[in-house]
Amino acid sequence: MTVQAWTFVMVGLSFAVYIGVAVWSRASSTGEFYVAGARVPPVLNGMATAADWMSAASFISMAGVIAFMGRDGSVYLMGWTGGYVLLALLLAPYLRKFGKYTVPDFVGDRYYSQVARIVAVICAIFVSFTYVAGQMRGVGIVFSRFLGVDINLGVVIGMGIVFFYAVLGGMKGITYTQVAQYCVLIFAYLVPAIFISMLVTGVVVPQLGFGSTVADGSGAFLLDRLDGLTEELGFGAYTDGRKQTLDVLFITASLMVGTAGLPHVIVRFYTVPKVRQARSSAGWALLFIAILYTTAPAVAAFARTNLLDTVSNVRYDEVPAWFTNWEATGLIAFDDLNGDGVIQHTGPSSDVPNELTIDRDIMVLANPEIARLPAWVVGLVAAGGLAAALSTAAGLLLVISTSVAHDLLKKAIAPSITERAELLTARVAAGFAVIIAGYFGINPPGFVAEVVALAFGLAAASFFPAIILGIFTKGMNKYGAVSGMIAGLGFTGWYIAYFKLLHPELNSAEHWWFGISPEGIGTVGMAINVIVAVGVALVTPPPPVGIQRFVEEIRVPRGAGPGHELSA
Amino acid sequence: MHESGYQRAYWRRNLTYVAVLLAVWFTVSYGFGILLVDRLNTIRIAGFQLGFWFAQQGSIYVFVALIFIYVRLMNRLDREFELDESESDR
Repeated sequence: MTVQAWTFVMVGLSFAVYIGVAVWSRASSTGEFYVAGARVPPVLNGMATAADWMSAASFISMAGVIAFMGRDGSVYLMGWTGGYVLLALLLAPYLRKFGKYTVPDFVGDRYYSQVARIVAVICAIFVSFTYVAGQMRGVGIVFSRFLGVDINLGVVIGMGIVFFYAVLGGMKGITYTQVAQYCVLIFAYLVPAIFISMLVTGVVVPQLGFGSTVADGSGAFLLDRLDGLTEELGFGAYTDGRKQTLDVLFITASLMVGTAGLPHVIVRFYTVPKVRQARSSAGWALLFIAILYTTAPAVAAFARTNLLDTVSNVRYDEVPAWFTNWEATGLIAFDDLNGDGVIQHTGPSSDVPNELTIDRDIMVLANPEIARLPAWVVGLVAAGGLAAALSTAAGLLLVISTSVAHDLLKKAIAPSITERAELLTARVAAGFAVIIAGYFGINPPGFVAEVVALAFGLAAASFFPAIILGIFTKGMNKYGAVSGMIAGLGFTGWYIAYFKLLHPELNSAEHWWFGISPEGIGTVGMAINVIVAVGVALVTPPPPVGIQRFVEEIRVPRGAGPGHELSA
Repeated sequence: MHESGYQRAYWRRNLTYVAVLLAVWFTVSYGFGILLVDRLNTIRIAGFQLGFWFAQQGSIYVFVALIFIYVRLMNRLDREFELDESESDR
């Protein structure tokens, strides 16, 4: 069978599984639609969280980004995993004890304020939409690269699938399809990684191969070899950092805190039966994420070494077959500036001009071919990329639909509607959200990766401080929380918009405040949020007595939570 | 239910665990992986420079361990203070 036939088989099989799971696990009540009836076992919730969390960017782009950033790529590795420690220790158990469906629910009840609830709803919808647009785009890209389908048609097919199981199954359907999607994506990531590790170093486990010697008999360690190659070609040593230390600190912190503040991640901890399981499912989630996140930097190093070994200073007419295959997609391009027929691939500090442009995504996408793996593995990678994009998109769409049906309609506009009507609204809202997300997937707003940075910054500067202050202090009142969220959100949004949208020409270290990039500014926004919140709370009336009891109750696992409506 | 000295003691123990574990969290990532990375890179284990290893591998392993340690500590603490969830809670 050809590569394309295998891809159709793999993608078709995986889609059939998702649809089957969705039909089997469709939701029949709002509790099932919003939080899967709070009956998901912690290990499965961990898998679902991992799939929810790891997006097209993690699966397709991350290893490539690290391959070109070297040590600076660590900001993503630590930033997108360290947040789970914050979630497990500071958020998940208390939100589970609280027991209701959404982040705006918690913010609205804890701060006894419809204004706080509405601010939280707006943040949740905004953050989720910025994030979901990138996912739909990811679906389109995978379809077009692997199946030769038009990118827009790919987006539409992805919309159809997500529509089917998100609208039908709600959180329950999403959770169990995400479990299946995790299995597909992790298998699809590990198989080529293990093979390329064996090819480059002869070691089966990529995490160990990363620190082993190259399998060419030279006895040199892989990373030393890579440092030598990158230095010689003028890129600077791979294991050296090029970003300012302060900026690295702030970006890492912003990504960690943003992770812990993203509503589609937080809501997953409402789906387990007990507080104890909210804690442990955060651990399982991170374990499942860590399997991919510790493999990615190894893949990055293997792929970069391989690339420099096989194409640098090689005659263009002698390049390996994968190079020619991927040239057709435009992901790799050679421009023979000096007309010598040899590929000069060089970095910024080299005297020789660079003749090779490489899209970072190729590092994962072309891996199976570089490692000369059978055709079915290529099909598997396509199915894995789709699983990653679809699972994240579904989780985000659910947050949007819940925000509209539950937080806006039921809690703010029409409290008297029946459960049936609320459920119908949630389904209709999910349907509309799919269509809007698809529109943004076809007409992406600017560069997708930059929009995602915005989502993290905004989550870090809005939800995280409001929730933490609500759990760990009894004195935080609605005035403080609302003004803190608005200040944090306003500052972060303005800083990112200024450098990313209004004045992209000024987006460089000498213009940033204290050398902090827009990716790292969420950390400053978070600090501003806390300072404003505490300052305002000191000069305004303290929260009512009932709120004190509310906080005391969520701090202990025993007893029904203050927001408890579910009866299991 | 109003907060008793008993419950306050439970909460203080919880905060102590959180503070210690977050100190480790900070040390391995921001400390070893970012601030001290160049100093640690003079130490080598097999093909890894230690600071680089913490930044791209080690910190993630420690994160996973920290959460499971917290789960165990809190399960024990819940039982000790008899604040764990009994089956009748649901």
